[in-house]
Order: sequence, then structure tokens, then C-alpha cells
Amino acid sequence: MSNGGWTGTILRVDLTTGRISKEPLNMDWATSFVGGRGLGAKYLYEEMDPAAEALGPDNKMIFATGPMTGTNASTSSRYMVITKGALTNAITTSNSGGHWGPELKFAGYDMLIVEGRAPVPSYISICDDDVRICSAEHLWGKTVWETDDIVREESGQHDTVVTCIGPAGENLVRFAAIINDRHRAAGRSGVGAVMGSKNLKAIAVRGTGGVPIADPQKFMSAMWEMKSKLVEHPVTGEGLAAYGTAVLVNIINESGALPTNNHQVSQLEGADNISGETLADTRLVANKACFGCTIACGRVSQLPGEAQDKFTVTTRPHNWKIAVEGPEYENAWAMGADCGIDDLDALIKANALCNVLGMDPISFGATLAAAMELYENGAVTDEQTGMALNFGNSEALVAMVEKAAYREGFGDELAEGSKRMTAKFNHPEYFMGVRGQEFPAYDARAIQGMGLGYATSNRGACHLKSYTVAPEILGIPEKMDPAVTEGKAEITKIFQDATCTVDASGLCLFLTFGVGLDEIQPQLEAVTGISYSVPELMEVGERVWNIERMWNQRAGFSGKDDTLPKRLLEDPIPDGPTKGEVNRLGEMLPEYYELRGWNAEGEPTQEKLSSLGLT
Amino acid sequence: MAKSLRIIPEKCTGCMQCELACSWVQTGMFQPSRSLIRVNIFDEQASYAPYTCFQCDEAWCMTACPVNAISVDADTGAKVVADANCVGCGLCTIACPFGTVFYNPDTQKAFKCDLCDGNPACAVACPTGAIEYTESESADWLGGWAEKVNASYLQSIEGGNAA
Repeated sequence: MSNGGWTGTILRVDLTTGRISKEPLNMDWATSFVGGRGLGAKYLYEEMDPAAEALGPDNKMIFATGPMTGTNASTSSRYMVITKGALTNAITTSNSGGHWGPELKFAGYDMLIVEGRAPVPSYISICDDDVRICSAEHLWGKTVWETDDIVREESGQHDTVVTCIGPAGENLVRFAAIINDRHRAAGRSGVGAVMGSKNLKAIAVRGTGGVPIADPQKFMSAMWEMKSKLVEHPVTGEGLAAYGTAVLVNIINESGALPTNNHQVSQLEGADNISGETLADTRLVANKACFGCTIACGRVSQLPGEAQDKFTVTTRPHNWKIAVEGPEYENAWAMGADCGIDDLDALIKANALCNVLGMDPISFGATLAAAMELYENGAVTDEQTGMALNFGNSEALVAMVEKAAYREGFGDELAEGSKRMTAKFNHPEYFMGVRGQEFPAYDARAIQGMGLGYATSNRGACHLKSYTVAPEILGIPEKMDPAVTEGKAEITKIFQDATCTVDASGLCLFLTFGVGLDEIQPQLEAVTGISYSVPELMEVGERVWNIERMWNQRAGFSGKDDTLPKRLLEDPIPDGPTKGEVNRLGEMLPEYYELRGWNAEGEPTQEKLSSLGLT
Repeated sequence: MAKSLRIIPEKCTGCMQCELACSWVQTGMFQPSRSLIRVNIFDEQASYAPYTCFQCDEAWCMTACPVNAISVDADTGAKVVADANCVGCGLCTIACPFGTVFYNPDTQKAFKCDLCDGNPACAVACPTGAIEYTESESADWLGGWAEKVNASYLQSIEGGNAA
């Protein structure tokens, strides 16, 4: 039995029956899967039929913290939402920071499992032991920020933290997000739509308890060591603090890897206009940290007077005279470069609107980019779209955020995500993604390893599951040539497994720019009192990756889904420093399966599963 | 000249490391609800403001205490609650104009910042230098800051006609 890190209690809320129960955490599972993404995947695997409808009452939602969540280890803010994605029908593990995860821990719970479907709009209120299901009929239709204000007011506690959905989640937009602390998102795969399908508007948490540490002395020394390394590293100590994640815009653009105009080209001419540097020079008003984070990559920006009234929308929080968060690299790319847009003010507003309305800006931006390609090629008309949807149209960008969230006009098509939308308009080849989920901000033709990472990602195309951009472009920890396929199967497997472990711990993946499992291992050991070696932690990651894979297999996915769109495999990049490149997935995938201990069809073998304790 | 805790809100990112460090000193756990330094987050103003006891020269908590349980530490100048004397009446928590004296429901005593005997954990933990423990003429550093903020606020609403 551990005496630190985990609270040892799970909260379960069945929205259909209104039953609320507390049960002991399965410590055997906690030891093998640690927490967060890992433990959540294990519970989802054991408890739920993966063939169930994503938007039906049999889907479950697990909100999971890790043993490090709520401690003073740097970046200890994370929680994961594990469920069947509304966008993908695959298992998804959407990660968020802010204050909500630690607050759940302080309330005394490692995880919250939500089941069923509430008969009427409801929200869950948690204040330590006191857990209730409250009516949310007065909140239905409200924005994320309005909901946050009202629910906090109703809790009567200044320190209550709220996670909720906006109109997009209520309207079952396939890429609706769950937003906590007004700006922090469990963003991808449509977790917000799943919450909406359960008639669950919000979860408010106030916790007054604490997180104990098994071996305080050892923990303090390991914790300080990691913090100093983060300060000394150029990315976590300087780059992210000065420019946020959008510091990548110029770097990736210069590398010829910034997908532009729905991945037709790989460079945006005006990229610097939407870069972290330009943001810092012109619109940045503060850096903001998530709970416990010593990096503080969060951007807080403000539109100047003349820009506040640009781009007419009906949603007008305080007439846009306030500071808002973002934009970050991924959304600056999706709504910017991928749509051919280099207007920073449009991005600030569109990004804030995504937060207010509760929507993933990556999938939204990428879906709009696909719609722009449909429009430019005449597959949809002005009559259908209601406005010109040409690449570079920033007015259309801002307007369509609102239309998608409310499913108005052409927004109803966008709300289905680009796979369903492009299929409906007979151009499925314009869908740029994997397993139904749109790509993030790196062209896999220019960075070979990212292609393998996308193709094999359990939750669909994602930058947070094997970020080989670090070695291939940034040279972290060591430089690899992005144009070669050799060695990419191995590095992808290592990154996928190590990432699973970080995601299970409750820490943020961003710290891995500066440190690795060598630094996390002694902290995790000291927090939990359970001894883990670094190889054992890599095995935890591999176990998590395989259980997600098994879950997907039971949901109907197979090795056939480990692929990329034809555009990335066959159409060479037309111009720029990476001209002529395609992704050579076929050179990497068989080796990857072999390294994984999977058969030629991409199924984990019995030997592999039993060696990981998964049989 | 005594040292005092100085807070520079412009440098704060709202990371809560100070609350975590303080709560560790108070309870041996990471438990922000027991922290004696609190960070208020004002999202729409992009402002994050830690605040704790200013160790006022004219300390109303001391004046209010009916059993003289609060005294001045000779080395640090901190106003310190003696647990043995405190009867948990809560008058000090009401008397403090800044709301920085708290009642601990676990111990049923008042508790407040005692400057960690001269090595405040919050200042050590702060990653951005927003909390300093430095020599100063007076513990009252807040006045100048409030004046500055107030002036810029007046300027914004009166178009520069502030006195």
C-alpha cells in the first residue's frame, strides 16, 4: 500500500440513476498503470464495451489525475479525460492543465468516473465529501465563461474550480472541447460532445484536503533538481516563457514543415505575422502558468482598441476589451497557416471564441481549411456556405467559429469534422488526418517520424503522443535528420511509451523538452513510496500504449487504419526547402510493428501482451 | 533594518508554487487550503496577485487578541501566534484589514505568516522572483504600489486628469 501521491479513492457518478458512490482505488492497477492516462485507460478497458456508441449512455467518461498531480513538482497540474471520442470513435485521452485536476485531488479523489445520461441538463458539484448532482437547466445555452461565473457563484466558495462545456458541447459538435479555468482545454477528439450527450454541463470542484508524500526528503531534493534543469534549459527556461509555444511558427515554417492551405503547401508567406515573436511584440500582456508550473508557456493577449470591433460576431464577452488567453502554436497554425491566414488579431479572437464556446481550435481550423479547399474547387458553392470561404479569408474564419459551435448554416457541416464533411461533399481525399482526427501543425512529408507517429496514434492524429519534432527539427535530445526514415520506428516507439508514462504521472509533457524519465523517476518513487526503475517506467508506458491499442481493436480498428492520406503518401511537397518530399510510411511501419512485438497485421501478440501483464 | 516580504505582482504567473510551499510548512502536505499566502487570479485583467501578512507596524490582530496570544518575534519582527495561548476565538481574523490571519479548523487555532523564522518558504519557491524577502525601511511597500495602480486607473477613467 502506498502512503503518498494517490488519494486512494475514486468517485463514481451515474447520471442515469443519480447514484453517487466512492470506492477504493484498485492499487494493483495503480501500481501497474500509475494514473492519469494509464489508469484511466485501464479502467475504461475493464469497464466499458468499446463498441458502445460514443454519444450514447453506455460511453463512460473518466477524469483522471496522476500521483504527481497537486504536488509542488513543476507542471503538476494535469488531468486526463479518457473516453470514446465523438470525432474518432477511438479511445481518447485529452489532457488539460489549469487548476481543476489538483482541486479534484485536494477534494480527495484520484479519478471521477461519469456514467449514463442525465434525464435533464445537470452539473456535478464536488466539495470534499459533499457530492451532488444539480440542475443545469438555467445553464444550458450559456457560454463557458458564463457557466464558470454562475457555477462558482452558486458554490458559494471563492476557490471553486469549474470544468464545463459550452454551446459546442451541447450541440454535439464532433470536436467540442471541455474547458476548465475558462481557458484550459481537454481539447481534442470531441470529449465535449460526449459530455454534452450525457446532459452534463459542468463539474465544479472545491477541495480542502492535501496530497501527502511518502518520502518527503527524497522528493524535495529530486523536485529541486528537476526545477533547476528546467530553468537552465533554453526551451523550458527561456523560449517557452518568452514566446510561448508559438515560438515554433517561424522555426517550423523555415523548415518547410508548416502545413498551409489544407496541406497543399508547406510554407506560409506571412508566417512571421502570427509568430510567438510578433505576438510578444504587439499583443502579449502577460505570461500565465498552470498550477505548479515553473515554465509558464501560457500566453495572455489583448486586442487594442481599433481591433476590438473588427470581425463581427454576436458573442461579445465584455465587448472584447478584456485580456484573453492564447494563441498557442497549434491553434495559430490550424486557424492561421492551414487556412492561409496571417492576421494575428483574427486568430486571437477566433481562439478566444473557441474557448468561450467550448471547441477544439485545431480540428475546427483544419476542418475549415478542408472546407476552403472544397470551396476553391467548386465542390461547395456560395449558396451553401453563405459567404466566400477562400483561403486567407479571416472574416470567414471568425464568423465560422460561431456558426460551427451553434451548428448554424454551413457551420452544421463544419461541426461534423473534416472526415465526415469531405465525404459528404464527395472529396474524402481532402480530409487531412488519421482515425477521423485532423492533423496538428507539422507536415509529415517534411518530418518522416511524425508520419509514423500520426499513423499509429491511438487517439487519431496528434502532436502529443510522439513528438519526434523534438529530435527531428529541434535537436532535442539529439538531432535526427527529418528526411530519413531510418531509426524513426525506434524513436517513435520510445517517444510513445515515454509520453504515456509522463501522461500517467500527472505532469505536463512540455517538461520533457528539458528533462526526461531520469528526472521524473526519483520524484514518482518518492511521492508514491513505490519503487520504479526507469526501464520499469518505460514498461508502464508500453503497457498503456498496448491497452489503448487493444481497446481500439475491440472498437473495430485494425492495422489498416495505421495510414496517412494519399496527399502525404503520394503528392510531393510542391515548393520550398522540402520540395519533392512525401512521407515514406511503408519504410517504417513493418519495422515499428516488429519493435512493438505486434504481428504483420499490427495486432499485439499473445507473448507481448503476457509480458506486459495484459492477458 | 528588518527584512520584509515584498510582492511584485507584475512578475507573478499564478503558478501557486508559493501556496504549495507554504502549505507544506503548515501541514507537511501539499494543501493550498491551508496556505497563508494566497494568489488571486484576475483573468480578464491578466493580473495575478499573491498576498500574505504584511507584518503591519500597527498590528490590529495583536490589538484585538483578548488573551495576548500574538506577539512580535524579536529576530524577524513577525507577528506570531502562540498556539498554547490561542483560544481560537477568531477575533484576529476579523480584525485584520487584509484578511491574512486564518482560522485552522483542524487545530481550532488562529494561524498566520510567521516569516518561517526568517527564511520564508514562499519566497524560496517562487520561480519568477515575484516574492522577495529583502531589507527595507518599512514593511509598508504596498502603499507606493497601490498609489501607482490607482493613478493609472484614474488616468484611464478620467483621461489623464487625475490629481
